[in-house]
Amino acid sequence: AAVESSDSEEEDLVSYGSALQPLQEGERIKKPVPLQEQTVKDAKGRYQRFHGAFTGGFSAGYFNTVGTKEGWTPSAFVSSRQKRADRTILGPEDFMDEEDLSEFGIAPKDITTTDDFASKAKDRIKEKARQIAGVVAPIPGTTAFDDLIGPSKITVGVELLQKMGWKQGQGIGPRVKRKPCRQKPDPTVKIYGCALPPGLSEGSEDEEDEYQPENVTFAPKDVMPVDLTPKENVHGLGYKGLDPSQALFGVSGREHLNLFTGGSEETSNLLGDLRPSKGRKLGITGQAFGVGALEEEDDDIYATDTLSKYDTVLKDEEPGDGLYGWTAPKQYKSKKRPERDFKYIGKILDGFSLASKSSAPIKIYPPPSLPRNYRPVHYFRPVIIAGNENCHLHKALEESTGKLKSDPAQQSRHALNAAQRRQQLGETELKGPAPSILEYLSEKDRERLKEMKQASEQQMKAKIVSQQSPDSSQQIPAAIPNSRFQPAPSEDAAHKWQMVLGGQLANAGSSDFKPFAKNPEKQKRYENYVKSLKKGEKDTLERFLDPNMTEWERGREHEEFFRAAMFYRSSNSTLSSRFTRAKYEDDVDKVEVPRDQENDIDDKETAVKMKMFGKLTRDMFEWHPDKLLCKRFNVRDPYPDSSVVGLPKVKRDKYSVFNFLTVPEPTTSVTQATNEKIQESNSLNKPKKPSRWDVSDKEKEKKESISEFISLARSKADVQQQPPVPATEECGTGTSEALPTPVTDEDKNQEEESRRPPMDLFKAIFVSSSDEKSSSSEEESDEEQQPTTSERESETTKPVDVPHSSSSNVQESVTATTDSGISSLPTSKQELDATEEFGPKLPPAFCSGRFCKHLDKKEKHRKIRERHKTKKEGKRKKEKKKKHKKQKNKGKHKNKKPEKASSSDTTDSSDSLSDMDTTGLSPKELLRR
Amino acid sequence: MAFPRPRPARAELPRQRVQTLQCGQGAVRAARFNADGNYCLTCGSDKTLKLWNPHKGTALRTYQGHGYEVLDAAGSFDNSQICSGGADKAVALWDVSTGQVVRKYRGHAGKVNCVQFNGEATVIVSGSIDSTVRCWDCRSRRPDPIQVLDEAKDGISSLKLSAHEILTGSVDGRVRRYDLRTGQLFSDYIGSPITSVCFTKDGQCVLAASLDSTLRLLDKDTGELLGEYTGHRSTTYRLDCVLNEQDTHVGCASEDGHVYFWDLVEGSLALSLPVGQGVVQSLAFHPRLPCLLVATQGQVTLWREDGFQPEGDPG
Repeated sequence: AAVESSDSEEEDLVSYGSALQPLQEGERIKKPVPLQEQTVKDAKGRYQRFHGAFTGGFSAGYFNTVGTKEGWTPSAFVSSRQKRADRTILGPEDFMDEEDLSEFGIAPKDITTTDDFASKAKDRIKEKARQIAGVVAPIPGTTAFDDLIGPSKITVGVELLQKMGWKQGQGIGPRVKRKPCRQKPDPTVKIYGCALPPGLSEGSEDEEDEYQPENVTFAPKDVMPVDLTPKENVHGLGYKGLDPSQALFGVSGREHLNLFTGGSEETSNLLGDLRPSKGRKLGITGQAFGVGALEEEDDDIYATDTLSKYDTVLKDEEPGDGLYGWTAPKQYKSKKRPERDFKYIGKILDGFSLASKSSAPIKIYPPPSLPRNYRPVHYFRPVIIAGNENCHLHKALEESTGKLKSDPAQQSRHALNAAQRRQQLGETELKGPAPSILEYLSEKDRERLKEMKQASEQQMKAKIVSQQSPDSSQQIPAAIPNSRFQPAPSEDAAHKWQMVLGGQLANAGSSDFKPFAKNPEKQKRYENYVKSLKKGEKDTLERFLDPNMTEWERGREHEEFFRAAMFYRSSNSTLSSRFTRAKYEDDVDKVEVPRDQENDIDDKETAVKMKMFGKLTRDMFEWHPDKLLCKRFNVRDPYPDSSVVGLPKVKRDKYSVFNFLTVPEPTTSVTQATNEKIQESNSLNKPKKPSRWDVSDKEKEKKESISEFISLARSKADVQQQPPVPATEECGTGTSEALPTPVTDEDKNQEEESRRPPMDLFKAIFVSSSDEKSSSSEEESDEEQQPTTSERESETTKPVDVPHSSSSNVQESVTATTDSGISSLPTSKQELDATEEFGPKLPPAFCSGRFCKHLDKKEKHRKIRERHKTKKEGKRKKEKKKKHKKQKNKGKHKNKKPEKASSSDTTDSSDSLSDMDTTGLSPKELLRR
Repeated sequence: MAFPRPRPARAELPRQRVQTLQCGQGAVRAARFNADGNYCLTCGSDKTLKLWNPHKGTALRTYQGHGYEVLDAAGSFDNSQICSGGADKAVALWDVSTGQVVRKYRGHAGKVNCVQFNGEATVIVSGSIDSTVRCWDCRSRRPDPIQVLDEAKDGISSLKLSAHEILTGSVDGRVRRYDLRTGQLFSDYIGSPITSVCFTKDGQCVLAASLDSTLRLLDKDTGELLGEYTGHRSTTYRLDCVLNEQDTHVGCASEDGHVYFWDLVEGSLALSLPVGQGVVQSLAFHPRLPCLLVATQGQVTLWREDGFQPEGDPG
C-alpha cells in the first residue's frame, strides 16, 4: 500500500528495499513467527531439538520420531500365529542417528586408527584429566597403580625398537661413549630422600662416571620432547601452581610417588611444568613465592639461582678452528650441519667407507595416470593343474578299491564324469540316485548286456567291412570270434526288457517318489514291487499284493504299479538330486465343492406352493465373511480364527458318482418351477452356467429390438407362469429340427410350424389350457416376431443345455396341465415362447408407437439398423438349420402382415401388451425384411 | 410427567404428481433417491447418470463415463460419492462435485444389475447377472474385490445392505441374506425369479418381489411368510418394490403402467396409481416423506400425497 501511495502522490520520495506483497482480499496479515516457535532443522529437514540423549543438541530419530517413519513400530516386526517375531537385541546404535555414527559422532563407523597403531603421544587433555583425577582422588596415586597393573599397550614402533635393543628411557641412536666431563651437580643443592632412579636423575649418572670402564658404551640420553603445549593462562612464564602432592604430603608424598615410574614427573608435568622436575630444590622453579600454610619447610624459601647451575664452559661443539658460532662463515655451517644430523656411528665393514656425500633425496615419481576405461577388477585365471598327478592318483585309487571300471578313456582328466571325479577326490556320494543304470544290475546281467552290445557292434562292423573292402582281412577275423556270441543272449525278450526297466526303475525306488504316499500299505507294496523289479525278478508282484484282493483288483494294481514306475521314473538323476519332492501330490482328481449345498428343491417347491415358508424353504449355511469386509462394515469377525472365506469347502472326487447325482432329475415334476431347476442343475453340472452367458450376449441386442424384449418377456412369463403352452414352445426352440410335427392348434400353427414337439404332448397340454387364450391383436403381432426371436435364441443358447431344458420342459408341461391355478394372469400363451430362462428383463425403453413419437428419429433408425445387422448375422449362422423351415416362416409372415398393421393401430387400448409390443416399428421392420 | 407420544399420523400415500423430469437419457433404468431424499439419480440407457433435484425439477449434473447403459446407482451417506453399475460390466465410483470417475471396478463377467454403498461408503457391493455379488473396497487401491459371493446359481437382480447384512435376490428364486455379524448365510427359497428385495425400515422383515407377480414379506430371522401381495403384474421385467417411509405400505411397480400399494399388515390393495402407459421401470420411495419417484418411458415423475402444495409452484 505504501508503494502505491508513493506512486500516486509523492513520486519524489525514494523507497528503499522491495515492497511487500500486496495483501489479498480478506487475507490476514502474517504475524512474524515468535521466537519460541521458530524451528531449526538439520540437513535433512528434521527438527533439531536442543536436548538430546547422546550428544546433546541433536534431533531424535526420524523427524523427531524414533528412528523410523513408523515411530515406535519396529520396522521389521512380523508376528503371526505360525511365525513368531525374532527377538532382536537392540544396541545403543539402534537408537542413534546417522550423525552419531559419522566420523565425528560418538560411535564412528569409519575406519580409524586403533590403539595398536596410534602413536604413543597420548591425548594430552585426556591424560591430564586422568592425572588430575588420580591426584585429587580420595586415594591419591591410584592412577599410578593403574599404570602399574593395567596391561600396557606397546605400539609397534616401540616393539621394534625394543627388539633392536632399545630400552625404555634410553635415547635412540648408536651407543656412545660417555662424555668425559659432565658438570657436577652443585653440592649446595640438597637432595632429599632416596636417590632418584638412574634413568631419571642426571646427577646419579654423573656420579658413576668415575667407575666407568673405557670400552663401555652407553645409549644416548633420551631427549625429552619439547612440550609444545600452548600457554593459555595468564600466569607468568614458568609458573606452576602449588603442587598438591608436595603441599599435602611434603617430601614423603613425593618419595612415595617416586617409587613408581615417573609418578612425580608426570604429576608435575601435568601441572604445567615443561621440564621434568627433579625436586623443587633443583634450580629455578616457577614456584610461587612464599610458603604455603601446609608447607612445613620454609628454609629455602629464598633459594636463589646460582651461576653454578649454568654451563660456564663451551664444550663439545668447538671444532677447534675457532670458526664457529653465529659469526662463522657460511660454508662452515652448512658443512657441519648434515654431519651432525645424519652421522652414522657404527661399525663399517671392510671395504666400505662412509659416503662422503649424502645420497640424493629419493625422487618421487607420480603414479601413472590410469586409462579412462580402466576397471579395478582382477580376473583370476583358471589354474590348470597338470593332469599327471591326477592320473596317478586315479590309478592308485583304482587299485586300492578295484571298483572303477578300467576304461582307457578315463585316463584323461576331462573324460571323467562327476562321479568318478568324486571318487577320486574321496568325496562322499550324493544322496540322489546313482547315475548309471548299470550300477543296479547284477554282475552277470551287466556282463551279458556288455556282450550283447559288443556283439551287435561287431556285427555292424563286420557288415560294414564286408561291404566296404573285402581285402581288409584283418578285421574280419576279429569279427568272427565275436560273432559266436551273437546268439548267446537267448533269454526271452520280455525278461530283458523288464530288467532294463528295472534298472530304470531303480531311480524311482531310490528317490523320494511316493506315488501312493496316501496309502502307506499300497506304497509299501509298490516299493517292494520296484525293488523286485530292480533285482530282475519277474512276476514277483503277486507276492506283495494283498492276498485279500480280488483278481481284478490285483490286475489293476499291477497295472497301476507298472504305470507308476514308468511314470515316476526320474528323468534326470542330477536334477532329482537337486530338487526335493513336494510332500504330497496335488489332488488332481479332487475338486473343491462347497460343503453345504442348497438342494432338494422339490421339497421346497412344494413348500412354496403350500405357502409354508420358513424352515422348509430356508437353508442356513456357515459363511465366512472376509476379514476386511468385516472391518469395513465395523463388524467383529465372526470367525476370527478361520482363514476360510465364503462357504467352507470340502474336497470331493472329481469323478465321483455323487457329483453327477447332484443333478436333480425332474422325473417327478410336482411343481411349477422347472426352469429354475434346470438352471440349478446346469449350474451344478457345469460351473459355467451357460444360460446366463447366452443371455448376456443377447442383452446387447435387446436394446435395439423391442421385439426381442417381448420374446424374452414371454419366455420369462411362461417360465414362471407355467401356463402349459410355453413348454411346448420351448420344446420347439430346443428340439426344433429334430421334431417337425403336424399342428393341431391354429394359433400355434402359425407361430411355429417348424419346431414342434410330438403331437400328444400338445394335446396333453392344450386340452385344459386352451380356454385361457385371450387373443388380442397385439398378441398376434407378437406372434409374428416369435419365429425370428426364437431363432435367435436357439442360436444363442448353447447346445449343451438344450437337451436339459427341452426334456425338463416337456415333463413339466405334461404335469403343468394339472396345476393351472397360478396362471390366472392375463398372459396369453402366445407370449410364452422363448427358451430364455434368464431372469427378469429390463423394461422396454419406450412404449407403444404412439409414445415413441416424441423420440428422435435418429435413434430409432439406428436401432433398426443395428437390429438388422444382428439379425443378418443370426440368419447366416442359422441358415443351415432352418433351411427346411424358412419357407414356412415366410408364409407365416405374409399372413401376419395385415394383422400386424392393425395391431400397431390399435395401441390405444391400455392393455399391457400394447405397450410392450409397440415401438410398432420393429415388427414391421421384421416383416419388411 | 410423560405425555403419551402422539399417535403417528396415518401414513399418506403419494397420489398426486408434482414434478415431471424429462430426463432425455433414453430409457431410465433406475431412479434412486439419495440418502436424505433431497436429490435423485437417474440411470439412463444412453450411458449417462444424472443428478436431479426432483422437488424442484432441476437437473444438477450429468455423469458420463460408463461404456454402456447404466443400470443402477446409489449415493453415499455424505452425498460426496456415487456408485453406479452398468451393462458395461463395470462398477464406477464417482465424485459428485467434480463429476469424474474416481475408480472403476472391473471384474464382473456380466451386466451389473445393482449396486449399493455400505453405511460408511467404504465398500461398494454390486450384483451382476454373472451370479456373483462382489464387494469392492473404496479405501484401498486394490483392483480386485474384497470378497466375491458366488453362492447364487443365477443372476443377481437386486441387492440391499443393512449395517451388517447383505441381502440379495437372485433369478434362481432365492433370497439370500449374508449376515456378517454371525457369519451365516440364509437362503430362502421363493421359487420364482426374484426381481427386487428390500429390508423393512425396522430391519425385521424382508420384502421380495418375484416374477410370479407376487410380493412376499418374509420374517428375516425365520424365513416365515408374513404377507403376500398380489394384484399387479410382474412377469417379465426387473421391477422394483418399495416400502413407504413408515413401513405401513408395500409398493411395487407393475408392467401395466401402475404402481400398486398394499397395506402391509392386511395385505389389501390400498392404491393403484396410474403413472404412465408403459412399464414402470423403476421406483424409489423417499426415506422420510410420502414421496415417490417413478421412472417410466424416459421420464421420471415425482408423486406426493394429497394436499401437498409444492412450494414455488404457481398452481
